[in-house]
Formats: sequence, structure tokens, C-alpha cells
Amino acid sequence: MKVLVAVKRVVDYNVKVRPKADGTDVDTANVKMSINPFCEIAVEEAVRLKEKGVVSEIVAVSMGPKQCQEQIRTALALGADRGIQVETDAELQPLAVAKCLKALVEKEEPQLVILGKQSIDGDNNQTGQMLAALTGMGQGTFASEVNVEEGSVKVTREVDGGLQTVELSLPAVVTTDLRLNEPRYASLPNIMKAKKKPLDTTTPDELGVDIAPRTKTLKVEPPAERQAGIKVADVAELVEKLKSEAKVI
Amino acid sequence: MSILVIAEHDNAELKGATLNTIAAAKAIGGDIDVLVAGSGCGAVGEAAAKVAGVSKVLVADSAIYEHQLAENVAKLVADLGKNYSHVLAPATTTGKNMLPRAAALLDVQPISDIIAVESPDTFKRPIYAGNVIATVQSSDAIKVASVRATAFDPVAAEGGSAAVESVSAADDAAVSKFVGEELAESDRPELTAARVVISGGRGMQNGENFELLYKVADKLGAAVGASRAAVDAGFVPNDMQVGQTGKIVAPDLYIAVGISGAIQHLAGMKDSKVIVAINKDEEAPIFSVADYGLVADLFDAVPELETKL
Repeated sequence: MKVLVAVKRVVDYNVKVRPKADGTDVDTANVKMSINPFCEIAVEEAVRLKEKGVVSEIVAVSMGPKQCQEQIRTALALGADRGIQVETDAELQPLAVAKCLKALVEKEEPQLVILGKQSIDGDNNQTGQMLAALTGMGQGTFASEVNVEEGSVKVTREVDGGLQTVELSLPAVVTTDLRLNEPRYASLPNIMKAKKKPLDTTTPDELGVDIAPRTKTLKVEPPAERQAGIKVADVAELVEKLKSEAKVI
Repeated sequence: MSILVIAEHDNAELKGATLNTIAAAKAIGGDIDVLVAGSGCGAVGEAAAKVAGVSKVLVADSAIYEHQLAENVAKLVADLGKNYSHVLAPATTTGKNMLPRAAALLDVQPISDIIAVESPDTFKRPIYAGNVIATVQSSDAIKVASVRATAFDPVAAEGGSAAVESVSAADDAAVSKFVGEELAESDRPELTAARVVISGGRGMQNGENFELLYKVADKLGAAVGASRAAVDAGFVPNDMQVGQTGKIVAPDLYIAVGISGAIQHLAGMKDSKVIVAINKDEEAPIFSVADYGLVADLFDAVPELETKL
């Protein structure tokens, strides 16, 4: 079966972003960009399913400006077979991304779509659920285990109370949580090979999707800073401070 | 304006996060209806009717809602949501799973994790693991938002007398089935509702050593949490994770033990009233947000803390 994996280009996990001085946006000039960590887990899961013989083809999709081809190449180096870029310089909100993915799902007819549960820039945690809604598919969000069976997939989900397992009929959408797997590193030969793998380009227009934003960011600002407090010498002083100064115990 | 709040519950009890979500609805202003979708959930409907400020409680009682499967609940929420100006749900794993699905059915771009209401169409929400706060305005006819519970003080659970109305269930989407669950059982308070939280990180070295924290927790009536590092290492289960992608907590007292303080962890706890850090590395970033820092070996300090409490 075929799997579609969505990957997003985001500011690297280790970069601490700051708002621009005029408060219009975050400052992403000259910062390192990477594949969203949750998307990397999604690619890894697809590759493992292929290695198990469950999956025959992995298509990696990304959306955005030309540069997001780098993240598609990363997915190809990790083991995806071919890539699709939906090219646009316009702002893409999760609903628009879900609509573009829906159009690609109709074209590619994958049995499984794997996405990260959220991207570490917008922290929205929406796209997978919205794609599932628009295509009428079942959704296994926040997955920590995925088992494909005949015509269905069992997904163990990380929920507030612990773990929940659901069974979804195929085709289905899965979004990955942190502990689904530990992504491999791409080897140099695979990085070289990835450059030769096919990468098609399309646009939201060609897919017939209206990507007009529905929300507008009026302002971005740093959160209220917390002041560092004091160092206490020992446990006795700590307990004393908590009792008499902070009055929390 | 009229607001539909989706109740968080387990078919027996109304969960606290619902009260914080109703508080956000109050900040928007307008009539507040609460939807209880579940199975055998009559008691939850009655509890919701007693919550201060609620106009009406809608109860959809059907076996298809027993386990809050998003495919079924979202359909119901989208059907009912058409009649409202706002649809809100707590930003719990249940809310985050269901609400975007309902929003897509309504052709709405939802707003996740709101922490403040600026006006009926404008909200604040954290992005980049809480390193940036964005003010976001929605142009959709219906505003759909998940609410970060710790950012809104809960409304009173008593004092209201809303009418309870039953609504019929939507069709079964029939694409998903509940198979089973493994829920953590603990006599300690729930992590997101506890007044005191004590969390352990990689410095705990193994799961057995968390026993040290449980002993302190039992003296303080605290919940026990963990950093991602401790969960990834398999010391403790995922439901204990505090951080950007885990639980968001804001207790009166947060004690971080053997946690270095990655920004992803700080995102989950930095709104706590008082933060204590115990770490042997005095350069650990956790000290930059701690009100009281103790540079010490946790294996000495934590047992001593327990005896002194």
C-alpha cells in the first residue's frame, strides 16, 4: 500500500525565536531551518512500515516556498520514494494545508496518511484532524504505536489519562507523538541518492484550493518574563522560605 | 452572541477543565450552552446545569459517544455549532483531537490553546513553545477555539440552574472503533488540577528513584510529573509529561528535581506561582525561572526535604 507523509519546514528545534522589534512577526531571518521533529517521526514510521513489507511506496509532501524542497529531500534521504511540493509564497494556515492535502489524497489514493501531531512553530495541532474530517477518514492522533492489519490500522494514542487504542478502517490518518519511534540519521549515500529521486511541483491553484487566510496575526510579543529568584543554601532554608515567605506549604 | 462549550467528562463526572473553558466563554460574553456528549452521562448533564453562568445544557446520550471518538463527536459538534457564534473546548487531548475535526466540517480555521480573550474575535495564544505570544483575529463566521485551562480561573461549579435538554445523536461515522485503554491509576491529585506538583527529570536516573518524589508528594498532597527526558528514557509513563507537547500545569508550587529546564519543559510549567529547582548543575537553565534554587545532589536533598516537611 501507499503512504503519504506530510513534512513541514520550521525553525530548528534548538533555535530560540524572538519577536521582531515592531511586533509584526517572529524574526526568522538567518535562522537554521529544519524538518519539523514530529514530521521526521512520521517519515521514520512510514519507512519502518516499508521495511516490514507493509508499505510499498512512500510519497513525501511539503508546502511553501521553494526552500521547502530541502525538507522533502530530507524525507527522501530517510527513505521516502518520491516527493511533491505544493509551491506558494503565501501564508498557509492549517485549514488550507488540510485542503491541499485532501486534493493530493484524492489524486494519490494512499491507504495511510502520516503527519506530525503539531509543528513546533505554530503549535496548532490541527492539520491531521482537519484532513481526516475533509476526507471522511478516521484519525489516530498522538500515536505512540501503529499496527497495520488487513483493511484497518490499530493506533495507540497518548492521552491525558494514559494510553488509548483505537482501530480505524483504511484509508486513515495518523498523527505522530514523540515516542512513536526514534528517527534514524540519513546516511551520506542515501543523501546522494535522494537528490536523484523524483520531486514533482504543483500549486494550490492547480489543486483547486482557496488558501486565503482566515485568521490574521495582529501582533506578536514576548511572554511575561519570569525573574530568577534566589539560591538557598540548604534544604532547611528552602523549607523555611516556602513556609514563611512564599507561604505555599 | 451565543457560545457552545464542549464539556470534558468521563460519563460519570464533569472534569474541571470545563469550568475554565466556561470562564473563557464568559470573557467573550453572551449566552453559554454546554454540550455533554457521552453514554449514560445524565449525571454529567446535571452537574453542568449547576455551573454558574450556564444558560442551557445539551445532552447527547448515545453509545457512539461513550469513548469520545473524534469521528462521531466532531460531527455532532459541527451540526450543533452552526447555531452558535463560538464553539469552545478545553485544550485537553480529547479537545485537541475532536475540535479541529469539527472546525474543518464547519469550514473554519480554529484557534488552538487560547490564553486570553481580547475581544469576541481576537485571542492571544502561545506559539514557538511559549517563546512568543501571538494576538490572532479570526474572520470566520463561527469562531472555534480550544482553551488552555491554566490561563482562566474556573467558574463556580455550583450556583447555576440551567435547563437540560436532550439532543439526538448524529449518525455513526463508522470509521473508528475503541479497542481499549490503559489509564494511570493514582491516589494522588491529577497533574493539571494539583495545587502542588513535583517533577523529576533525567537526573532521577531510573524509574525506581521516582519513589523519592512520591514520598514527598504524599506529604504535600502533590501530583508527580516528569520532563520529556524522563519519559523518553522510560522512567515513567507518558501521562506524567509536563511541557510543550505534554501537560500544561500552573500549580501554586512546582518543584523541579533533576530537570535541566529545556524551553519545551518550561513551556509547560512557567506559569506556576512559585517554582523550586533542585539540581546539582548550578548552570542549569531551570534556575533562571526558579524562585528558589537549591544546588545540591537530589539524592541527598529530596530525602532530607521529605523528613523536614
